[in-house]
Amino acid sequence: MTITAKWRGRLLYVGVAAVVAYCLAPFYWMLVSSLRRTSDIFDTSLLPSTVSFENYRAVFSPSQGFTRALLNSLIVAGITTALALLLATFTAYAMARLEFRFKRLILTLIIATSMFPVVSIVVPLLKLFTDIGWINTYQSMIVPSMSFALPLAVWNLTTFFRQMPDELEHAAMIDGCTRGQAFRKIIIPLAAPGIFTTAIITFIAAWNEFLIALSMTNKPAMQTAPVAISKFSGATQFETPFGSQMAAGVLVTIPLVVMVLLFQRRIVAGLTAGAAK
Amino acid sequence: MKTRTTRALQCSATLVAAGLLVTACGSSGGSGSGEPAASTSFQGRGPITYVAGKDTSGVVPKVIDRWNTLHPKEKVTFIQLPTDADSQRQQMIQNAETKSDAYTVLSLDVVWTSEFAAHQWIDRLPEKQFPLQNMLKPVVETAKYRGNLYAAPASSDGGVLYYRTDLLKKAGVTKPPATWSEMTADCAKVKKLPEAEGMSCYAGQFQKYEGLTVNFAEAVNSAGGVVTDANGKPDVDTPEAQKGLDFLAGSFKDGAIPKEAITYQEEDGRQAFQSGKLIFLRNWPYVYALAEKSKVAGRFAAAPLPGLSGPGSSSLGGHNLALSSFARNKATALDFMKFFSSEDSASTFLKDASLAPPYADLYDDASLVKQYPYLPVLKQSILRAVPRPRVVQYGDVTSAIQQEAYAALTGSKSSAQALKDLQSELQKSTAQ
Amino acid sequence: MADIKTPPGTAVDEPGRAADRRPGQPFPEAGLRRTRTRATAGSGRMATLLVSPTLLVLSVVVLYPTIMALKESLYGTKGLDPKTGFIRTTEPFVGLRNYTGIFGAAGDRFWNAFWNTTFFTVVTVGLETLIGVAMALIMHKAFRGRALVRAGILVPWAVPTAISALLWRWIFNSNGIANAVIGHQILWTTEGFHAKVAVIIAEVWKTAPFIGLLVLAGLQVIPKEVYEAARIDGASALGQFWHITLPLVKPALLVAVLFRCLDALRMFDLPYILVGAQKNSVETLSMLAQNEASNVRFGPASAYAVLLFLYVLLIALAFVRVLGADLVGDGGATGRSAGRRRRRITALRRAEVTA
Repeated sequence: MTITAKWRGRLLYVGVAAVVAYCLAPFYWMLVSSLRRTSDIFDTSLLPSTVSFENYRAVFSPSQGFTRALLNSLIVAGITTALALLLATFTAYAMARLEFRFKRLILTLIIATSMFPVVSIVVPLLKLFTDIGWINTYQSMIVPSMSFALPLAVWNLTTFFRQMPDELEHAAMIDGCTRGQAFRKIIIPLAAPGIFTTAIITFIAAWNEFLIALSMTNKPAMQTAPVAISKFSGATQFETPFGSQMAAGVLVTIPLVVMVLLFQRRIVAGLTAGAAK
Repeated sequence: MKTRTTRALQCSATLVAAGLLVTACGSSGGSGSGEPAASTSFQGRGPITYVAGKDTSGVVPKVIDRWNTLHPKEKVTFIQLPTDADSQRQQMIQNAETKSDAYTVLSLDVVWTSEFAAHQWIDRLPEKQFPLQNMLKPVVETAKYRGNLYAAPASSDGGVLYYRTDLLKKAGVTKPPATWSEMTADCAKVKKLPEAEGMSCYAGQFQKYEGLTVNFAEAVNSAGGVVTDANGKPDVDTPEAQKGLDFLAGSFKDGAIPKEAITYQEEDGRQAFQSGKLIFLRNWPYVYALAEKSKVAGRFAAAPLPGLSGPGSSSLGGHNLALSSFARNKATALDFMKFFSSEDSASTFLKDASLAPPYADLYDDASLVKQYPYLPVLKQSILRAVPRPRVVQYGDVTSAIQQEAYAALTGSKSSAQALKDLQSELQKSTAQ
Repeated sequence: MADIKTPPGTAVDEPGRAADRRPGQPFPEAGLRRTRTRATAGSGRMATLLVSPTLLVLSVVVLYPTIMALKESLYGTKGLDPKTGFIRTTEPFVGLRNYTGIFGAAGDRFWNAFWNTTFFTVVTVGLETLIGVAMALIMHKAFRGRALVRAGILVPWAVPTAISALLWRWIFNSNGIANAVIGHQILWTTEGFHAKVAVIIAEVWKTAPFIGLLVLAGLQVIPKEVYEAARIDGASALGQFWHITLPLVKPALLVAVLFRCLDALRMFDLPYILVGAQKNSVETLSMLAQNEASNVRFGPASAYAVLLFLYVLLIALAFVRVLGADLVGDGGATGRSAGRRRRRITALRRAEVTA
């Protein structure tokens, strides 16, 4: 018994190592490539022959406006996520808890809207936003981003709310809570892992959006990080700035991971505190 | 994607404008040398924008600054687009489809001129106001549509043959090859050297992308064939064209071109040449400065492209300036285009960003030649160059070329069959 | 399957029951539903209030452009006037010809793209599901540094698609690390099955964490007590997984798979950047639509987009059907057992809260 338990523990760590290797090996390659000098970018050695930060310097050179772009991305993705989560929470609650007609149809419609290729909706929106003077504004990027963020959030939240036992809510309501309070105090905390995961996924989707952000802005001060990366160039039109693209890739990925780590601690802490009670 | 509402709104206005243009062009029809009646529309002064792919050399903002200090009331703002040419074109078309006045002066890839002109996304320009006679003739051709000027040449580019001087010398070859058969013979001699072990003879750009169109067109033109004739009609199913394509396909088959070259874009070929895997390489002038900093520094030189029975013909690269039809302040725009495409500006672009100028005499300037030793060779290359097909549906034409050339190079079709299919594809897409 | 001991009340009988109910068959427990509806009288108005902001936003950003695209798909390409050399300013109305075109001469390319899209979707989503669920199960176990590892698996999903496509193009370069590792030169970006493999590897790497994360979140909301009860009843690890874990995470997993399917059906950046445009081996429907649009043929481009949309809609409808019970709670037998399951969980939770 103890032997099998030991083996199980070992097996777990083998599994964990496999997962980590699978996810991070290509990323490691990205990191290594970003640390190579432009002249030995074609190397396939596992460590850079000379560690160089020239790519990072190139990314942060003032002409790229990358810092500003990161900030813009943060604003656009942050507001998109917050708005989408807010609207989706209402909708998902209705989907999960209320009985009403056309529920299936509405749910299908919501997901159907997220399916139209972005390339087909961008020109009508561009025309619309030009007419109302929204070009080079945050809302011109946030509102279209809702087209994919909202369905994603609604569907995920609906499943997670649905998994919550409604009897608990009823009990709370019997104890004098209003429906809203019961929802806020019982369902939201219990569904926290689901809400948190939904927020991360929505945020990442909005963070990486490219075509809308590219089409709706033409001022460097308004561009988001993916747009800024697309404007990286080599010294001539033929040189691909692969090193700085990889450096930028590392730079846009790391903040997300750090953010997840920070928030995750809190959520997990909150959960275990609740369970320990 | 264009929408019906936008169209409904603009329809009447567009029809009026189109009607005017049609009558205007009808009067000067075909002659091409007369000033376009449209020149009356270059009115309005004030701030404008210049739209181009991002430039890291920093020279474009510098030149724009120079203009802005001279014209404080007609300032130019630089709108930077992604470096990828397809994204640039997509953004410019989106701007035209929404008839937005956000873009004024566009930096167009030379192959887009016909398409933008035919859609009337750009205005016809007054020929006499640009010093076209001082420019290289093939370059000026890329700025014209149906004999009329629609853009001002700003920069050019041509292919050259890089070769390993050290190896050729050691093998007893004194001058670079002028024909394909000389190149094959020289290569055979070099391959006998011990230090040439594992090297391949030749490479260009053969991945399925625009570079393949460039290399295919060069092979066909260098063998005396054409892709499209003087009137823009496809005429590629000819014995000459087949000799050109056979050179590439045959070189792949006998290993003169390494197998992996089917995945090469410009940078892969440069890398292979710099790491000593290639004796000959077809590439653009940008390679020169970079190779000078690599392992092969001082051991290579550039020569004009070889052909079937004499020097070959390059395709043309580069950018032209065009004026968006939907822009405001066109008088300012015209002045700015003259300034930005002037010999003075071109010389700055050459010095600071190594952009090949459209002006002939800059290639003979002693101090510039000292800075860029390849300039005389490049001039030869551009003078003998043939522009890629100048057709409205360039996108379809280049995909058809890539499709068939790729099939021939990978051996899934014979050259004869590929050219036959290409001819019928091209006829379909140019017939519209 | 039936002789594995599981605690009563867990959803052991669920898969069988769900399969028994054929689609379209009226739900046996309509009566129960009606009582429930009456119990929440006035919820219709509340639902309208809660749902309408979402619907409003979506109709502005999607419905309007979608209708424009539908209309556009009925128009042809603007012709060139040979006399003036200009493109005509109006598009001819062609009715459904852009759609019927796929059955004609130009259809080969469409059907090739259609099969590529389907193949990529089936293979990548299948692999992602397996890998994602395995990831989630491992991550769900307690071990030191779990938070760090969990943030780490986010990395592939967090890298912007265009950048990850560039990264993989570099990895699959003819002299890249992939060939160095396998010690054999494969020209991954040339036409052929290997190009498909390259796309699949890159896509699965990037998106398996998406499924992993959502399934993990689903696992986290399953109370431990359910497993303890099962263990006391002597269920094997596999039995637990099959009869407890899987049914309980099914909704989260299915939603994740649905979104992955929809995304995979619209796959564009990855094959476009990694292998290249107009490669028959990897051309997807989105790439085809994009190609038409970039050659200023908005009519056919819209038609392809609409066809893709319909294809995707079909799959979404199928999922809503399968998911209906878990998602909207009106699914007869499945609904009942789900309800029973919830009731049991509630009982456990209550016990926990009072303890």
